[in-house]
Amino acid sequence: MRPFTYERVSTPAAAASAAARNQNAKFIAGGTNLLDLMKLEIETPAHLIDVNGLAFDKIESTPEGGLRIGALVRNTALAAHDTVRRDYGLLSRALLAGASGQLRNKATTAGNLLQRTRCPYFYDTNQACNKRKPGSGCAAIGGVTRQLAVIGASDACIATNPSDMAVAMRALDAKIETVAPDGATRAIPIADFHRLPGDTPEIETTLKPGELITAVTLPKPVGGKQIYRKVRDRASYAFALVSVGAIIQPDGSGRVAVGGVAHKPWRNEAAETQMTRGAKAVASQLLDGAKPTADNAFKVALVERTLAAVLTEAKG
Amino acid sequence: MSKPGDLEISRRDLLIVAGATVVTTSSTMGAYAQTVQPIASALPATAAQHSPVTLDVNGSVRKLDLDNRTTLLDALREHLQLTGTKKGCDHGQCGACTVMVDGQRVNSCLTLAVMHQGAKVTTIEGLGTPEHLHPMQAAFVKHDGYQCGYCTPGQICSAVAVLAEVKAGIPSHVSGDLTQAPELTATELRERMSGNICRCGAYSNIVDAMTEVAGSPA
Repeated sequence: MRPFTYERVSTPAAAASAAARNQNAKFIAGGTNLLDLMKLEIETPAHLIDVNGLAFDKIESTPEGGLRIGALVRNTALAAHDTVRRDYGLLSRALLAGASGQLRNKATTAGNLLQRTRCPYFYDTNQACNKRKPGSGCAAIGGVTRQLAVIGASDACIATNPSDMAVAMRALDAKIETVAPDGATRAIPIADFHRLPGDTPEIETTLKPGELITAVTLPKPVGGKQIYRKVRDRASYAFALVSVGAIIQPDGSGRVAVGGVAHKPWRNEAAETQMTRGAKAVASQLLDGAKPTADNAFKVALVERTLAAVLTEAKG
Repeated sequence: MSKPGDLEISRRDLLIVAGATVVTTSSTMGAYAQTVQPIASALPATAAQHSPVTLDVNGSVRKLDLDNRTTLLDALREHLQLTGTKKGCDHGQCGACTVMVDGQRVNSCLTLAVMHQGAKVTTIEGLGTPEHLHPMQAAFVKHDGYQCGYCTPGQICSAVAVLAEVKAGIPSHVSGDLTQAPELTATELRERMSGNICRCGAYSNIVDAMTEVAGSPA
């Protein structure tokens, strides 16, 4: 790990000012992803701003009947929250399908949204990776691609977003609230938060330099059967090959977001008009334009079959 | 009796020196480049790259001044000589480094010591002693919940925390109805312990030990 300076902040203004003062600074909260990458010298911040002292650790109702989740709420606390379990079961299920108990105790809501890809070529510093070292190329293309993206990828990057939580939040139409260094606040719909790789895979979100996530808001509950089904190489503590997060209403209509297939949680609202026609109709439109490799073509079929299992479960 | 940390050259130091020799030798062999990472952690930290931190470890207040890079795991092992907590993968994948911080189990390898000013840390040394074992330690002995023992301190810290998490009503991936309190089944215990890897494969005996402590049949 490279040496770095460190400070604790207790107000958003102090966090912003620290970010503005220090070149190559990073905010740290749970640290479970950032420190892992710092040990490998994939992340090399010169300064860490510890934001754990900010008062962003509450879950509260919004005036619109929804929920505001503080950026620092730990994954365990969010999954176990009574309102989340009752009204946003998809979010609880997705969180509990991810990582381990130890990691969920530490990982935060904002940190989970910002976690980086687990593409093995990103992690191996001897390999070319445009995300790790812009312009160096992508060794994953033509390499071992079983875990990698089947849709929305580019000639520069075929990595996937690893988050389970973000898939649920995409289906739940979450918004990400932020504060910029100049004090300006905004709410970013999650559909616009994560980027596709394009020519700049190193830029993963639409956050601006120094912009800090303060909360995630969920609209008022939409009811329905909320199911998160994750397919992985072992039964627990593994990243998804494919995951399906769905909210199915009694009349068969609903929403579907998919994980493990793209650089962001994958959802296409137009495909959801096909819900009552079954998994094949939805999946073919949802993954229209997919360009899988021989290694990961199975993911296209797996999305359809996982969705079929979810639709069957919803009827039970 | 002298403590391990008092020895002039401990077995650990010898192993560290031996390890460094191996790295030096193999770094000249280009074919092994993939397995020999540049050791930039040898870069010295300046005064500004150190921070003071006070931890409450197993009930004792410990004041330290640490290189900011020091993980909680390395602070415990290298600075406080609490070597019960083990370093396995050092990347949050194996759970050998599991300790409790303010009552919650965490991977001590994936958090910086300086991020825990004032925190209460409980390690395996704080759970019990050879004369007065914690019930979970006694149950691991009784049920043969280990072979080589390397993952065991992490397994036991995790197991103690898991029972507390179930008692607190925290659901898991295998819990049935999210609105109900989770049940104490073997399936639940296995899922909740999935962050602790045991290469010897003592898993079923660990579940037996946990089940006995929980006071409920599996």
